[in-house]
Amino acid sequence: MALRVLFVDDEEELVSTVTERLDLRGIDATGAVSGEEALILIEQKPFDVVVLDVRMPGLGGLNVIKRIKQSHPELEVILLSGHGAKEDVETGLRLGAFDYLQKPVDLENIIAILHRAAARGRA
Amino acid sequence: MPASPSIDPLDPTEVEAARPYLAGPGAARLRRTVVLATAAVSIVPLVIISFLYYDQYERSLRTETVEGVSRQVTNNKRALEFFLTERRSALSFIVRDRSFTELCDVERLSRLMKHMNDTFALGSFADLGLIDADGKQLCYTGPYDLKGRDYHDQEWFYRVSRRGVFISDAFLGYRHSPHFAIATRQERGSGGYYILRATINAEVLAEQILAAGLTPDDDVFLVNKDGVLQSPSRRYGAVLKNVPIRIPHATGDVHVVEQEDEQRRPVVIGCAQVGDSPFVLVYIKPHVRPQSAGLSLPRLLLFLLVSIAFILGVILWGSRQFVASLRAHNLKRAELMHKVEYANKLATIGRLAAGVAHEINNPLAIINEKAGLLRDIVDLEGEFPRRDKVLGIVESIMGSVGRCRKVTHRLLGFARHMDVGSETIAVEELLREVVSFLGKEAEYRNVTITVEAEPGVPNVESDRGQLQQVFLNILNNAEAAVRDGGRIDIRVRSAGERRVAVSIADDGIGIPKENLDRIFEPFFTTREGSGTGLGLSITYGMVQKLGGEITVESEAGKGTCFTVILPVRRG
Repeated sequence: MALRVLFVDDEEELVSTVTERLDLRGIDATGAVSGEEALILIEQKPFDVVVLDVRMPGLGGLNVIKRIKQSHPELEVILLSGHGAKEDVETGLRLGAFDYLQKPVDLENIIAILHRAAARGRA
Repeated sequence: MPASPSIDPLDPTEVEAARPYLAGPGAARLRRTVVLATAAVSIVPLVIISFLYYDQYERSLRTETVEGVSRQVTNNKRALEFFLTERRSALSFIVRDRSFTELCDVERLSRLMKHMNDTFALGSFADLGLIDADGKQLCYTGPYDLKGRDYHDQEWFYRVSRRGVFISDAFLGYRHSPHFAIATRQERGSGGYYILRATINAEVLAEQILAAGLTPDDDVFLVNKDGVLQSPSRRYGAVLKNVPIRIPHATGDVHVVEQEDEQRRPVVIGCAQVGDSPFVLVYIKPHVRPQSAGLSLPRLLLFLLVSIAFILGVILWGSRQFVASLRAHNLKRAELMHKVEYANKLATIGRLAAGVAHEINNPLAIINEKAGLLRDIVDLEGEFPRRDKVLGIVESIMGSVGRCRKVTHRLLGFARHMDVGSETIAVEELLREVVSFLGKEAEYRNVTITVEAEPGVPNVESDRGQLQQVFLNILNNAEAAVRDGGRIDIRVRSAGERRVAVSIADDGIGIPKENLDRIFEPFFTTREGSGTGLGLSITYGMVQKLGGEITVESEAGKGTCFTVILPVRRG
């Protein structure tokens, strides 16, 4: 079964491009452009891994991870951070994030870390 | 990209405004004010008190002298009056007690005189005689041959005949020796009268009554109403001479005046009329001036001059210390304020850089992903015309994104390092990062900057932001000093076991020898108008704070080499 990934970032262009590229590589990628949308999608559809931008307007990444871990503790979350958001990353990791990636990220790196996260989720 | 963080943030006009408080005319004016104010409050009271003391001292000396003279005159007057009264009483008693016949017996008269002289405590009669109403001496006992002498034409005889008792002025008489007479008249039962007369040697009187307790500088004598000496005087000589000074008018009371003597020397003169006699007692004492008592005006002035010189010396020394410490304090304060302002400015630049970089990062990520997607699609499509060309364009886009990413990464790195802290730093890497800030400017001016590190140089534990600033300041100076086409060589090496040395050498204009010792001083600049003169002093302060050292070697026209030595571990 293909890896089910939810990619959350407020940059719509980035979300659509990354999900399309992941799809091309056989990963079942869904995009969301806000925290609120991500939480709705999680309730509607099962995912193996969520890639979550830390800084977003509205419901920020840290609030989203808090809620995910409350409702779906088994769901692995990978944080996506900009430069200089070291403290947010540390908070996210404490809240249960699997790992983090620093923007701008290379697609191959995303895929590698997605597989590792999924492997832990299944285990 | 924001401006280089090495810019000097203090406005040169602010520095100019602060300069008067730090050195030069401002400090001199402050020092002058301090010296004048302190001198005024210490020297003026000293001078006033000294002169008041001198005046008071002079007054008390004068009072003491006047009172001393008054006392002496009173005592002498009493002694003299007692002396004269005693003798007059003795003569009156004899002349009443003895009959005329008895007094005409020379032996009896001689015995009487002897008994009287034995009884008197001081002084004695020189002779004793009985004179009839015609002025003829009927009986005489004494050292001179005066029996039968006629006195009817002498003044004393005339006076005693009229008054009954009389003390005469001093006169020479038949014996040609100064003396005065005490005479008393006695009525005879048969009518007529006779006179008992005794004489006293004037010099004996002076020696035995007046000279008692006389200090060497003082003089005491008797004069008559005409100012003729009635007793010898130390100042004015023998009896019967005229006294050359004006004697104040005397009454029965003691009268003391200050005046000048015949040689215009200040003297205190006391005088009093001796009761029932023609004598005026005069006491003369030289005026005691403060100088003769050890406190002269020149001495006082010398004391004042020495005191004032000492006080001024202390004030000058103290004011120099005060102004120097104030200056040091102000410099430190200005330096601190400058540092704070500088740090704030750097933090602002850092925040700005971070904001810009962050905003650029997002579109960069999109461009990157779009290019990646394009490559994915090309890969999936298989062969098609100009496939390689498209792949080349994609690679070029992704390459450019990579370059942009490096720039934003560097900016974000710089911003992150604004926080003060301590971390492990690879010095060579840090230097390359700093050099990259200057890269473009150096490139435009064709300046070569090389960074070389000795193998095995340890990392240092230090504050990244501060170290960046230190090297930026030095490199900025080096870049300003080199000509177009010049070079700056940076070398990193181990300095002993626990230190790392970074030398930054340029082939620029160099620093003249006379300025070399001053380049780390705050506000020292050779770039009039363009520099605040704080860059290197801040650099120096930072290196010190990081536990390191900074030295400079330079030769005018050949170049300059700054060496920063950093400890591997701080503290």
